[in-house]
Amino acid sequence: MSIPKICGIETEYGIIAKGMDASAVTASSLLINSYVGRFDQNIGWDFENERPGNDARGFSLDDSFPPEIEMHLVNTVLTNGARYYVDHAHPEVSTPECRSVDEALIYDRAGEEIVRQSMIAANGFLPEGAELIAYKNNSDGKGNSYGCHENYLLARELPFAKMAALITTHFVTRQVFCGAGKVGTEFESMPKDSVAFQISQRADFFEEEVGLETTLKRPIVNTRDEPHCDPTKYRRLHVIVGDANMSEVATYLKLGTTAILLSMIEDDQLPEDLLLLNPVPAIRQISHDPTLRQAILLENDKRMTALEIQESLYQHAERYAKSFGLESVGQTTGENILRRWREVIEGLQSNPLSVAHIVDWVAKKRIIDGLVTRHNLRNTDAKLKAVDLQYHDMRPEKCLALRAGLETLVSEQQALDACAAPPDSTRAYFRGKCLEKWPNDVVAANWDSVVFDIGSGPLKRIPMMEPLRGTRAMTEELLARCSTPSDLITALGDAVSSSSFKPSN
Amino acid sequence: MRCDVYIAPIIRYGAHMAETTRKQKQIKVQTETETAEEIKPAVKGEKLISELDDLLDEIDEVLESNADEFVKNYVQKGGQ
Repeated sequence: MSIPKICGIETEYGIIAKGMDASAVTASSLLINSYVGRFDQNIGWDFENERPGNDARGFSLDDSFPPEIEMHLVNTVLTNGARYYVDHAHPEVSTPECRSVDEALIYDRAGEEIVRQSMIAANGFLPEGAELIAYKNNSDGKGNSYGCHENYLLARELPFAKMAALITTHFVTRQVFCGAGKVGTEFESMPKDSVAFQISQRADFFEEEVGLETTLKRPIVNTRDEPHCDPTKYRRLHVIVGDANMSEVATYLKLGTTAILLSMIEDDQLPEDLLLLNPVPAIRQISHDPTLRQAILLENDKRMTALEIQESLYQHAERYAKSFGLESVGQTTGENILRRWREVIEGLQSNPLSVAHIVDWVAKKRIIDGLVTRHNLRNTDAKLKAVDLQYHDMRPEKCLALRAGLETLVSEQQALDACAAPPDSTRAYFRGKCLEKWPNDVVAANWDSVVFDIGSGPLKRIPMMEPLRGTRAMTEELLARCSTPSDLITALGDAVSSSSFKPSN
Repeated sequence: MRCDVYIAPIIRYGAHMAETTRKQKQIKVQTETETAEEIKPAVKGEKLISELDDLLDEIDEVLESNADEFVKNYVQKGGQ
């Protein structure tokens, strides 16, 4: 039986320090500190249960490089339940855990607003002519990539290898509607300008089918086994293959289609008729062909285009919805996802330009093609690469995506509200509300705990190992009843343990 | 949380955003309590094609003036 598809998005933003001499780490730290400093509040991150080196396959390869935990860098938790921190020389926003794709989209949009407000706050400190600028993209065009990761809750009993094989087909082909588009190629063995325009930002960087790494030899399916909740019941599928989207509908579809397919795999309802023979070259071949005609080989010797494969996946999903329902993603949301999935496939089949209002790569390519015609530009003109980058510029006055006519699903007010308020539907509510109510008493927090200093005795750690506990329905009344953290600790009784958390400053 | 400090900059910023996002069509995210009937997007492909010239005018206006320099200087450290 499929379990609720709790999900979230982590986005590493590109960052430029203009008119000043600052390393990427310094610039990222300044950006984040400028934001959290406005609230006179900086809640540390508790690394107690961090295990990024655990491999879902139950072993670790000698030549793999598990990610290091960078405890010394800026790392903070916001009242909306999100994590905002410096990761690998990039500012990164992790949305809070969300029960639905609709909520996750709102918090991804809130992440953009947080970054925009951070830029405004930081630039207020900087001397005339100096500026920090963030970009919601995934590559610098020079071979350096940074990620936009999705996370989905899975049942622990689901065999990982089986899930990995089945979901790979979607990870390779979903780019036709959620690719963010890129000018040129960064694939090592190809000349940069041998591809004028490709569908995905990230496809050039994937070298393995399955693996633990995220920064080297990137795998299509990442095996990091760090559920941030009860490991005996759950897995967290950490998806590193996707592009960061400027289009809200693309983000919605990326999360929604993946969540439905994962539910189908949990219910053993995704047939094996679409397994790919060579997923690694296929992800690149599909990306390098914006005409969408590239056929790829399946294990059963058939050849299909990415769009044909998506159509088949959609048909399987439609049948699943009829017999099993879509409760794991929310029935109404699930039906909307299916409808939009069908519409985007039909649009791409008839004329890609008809989905320029929802598919990032089409919207970007439309601008590029328009400029090429208008100014008679060559494919290698720097102006086109500039458009590629500036499409993702977080400054509203410069952002090209904001001008491309993209359909939006989230109102501006929803996004702004979500910068401060947590979602009601998961433990993120409890995390966020504790931070809001007792900013001076919470010394640290992370996905699965909140640590309080109640003034005397050891620090108190409240574990939150169940993502669906700590919701508004479950804790609003409790939090209202407790006027101090000590009241809360007393009310929770045996659930609270002592913490070994040591503040870094 | 000190709300007086917190809300003021967001509202000011919000007003600024309203100006810059005027070209987008607002469609509310469906919530579980609402009906499955979603508002249809008003911006469609055909309209977009006719709007291309206006869009390109605006792109030409806001595009970084020295593209060569801008592209050359956009260098990131690898991430995840």
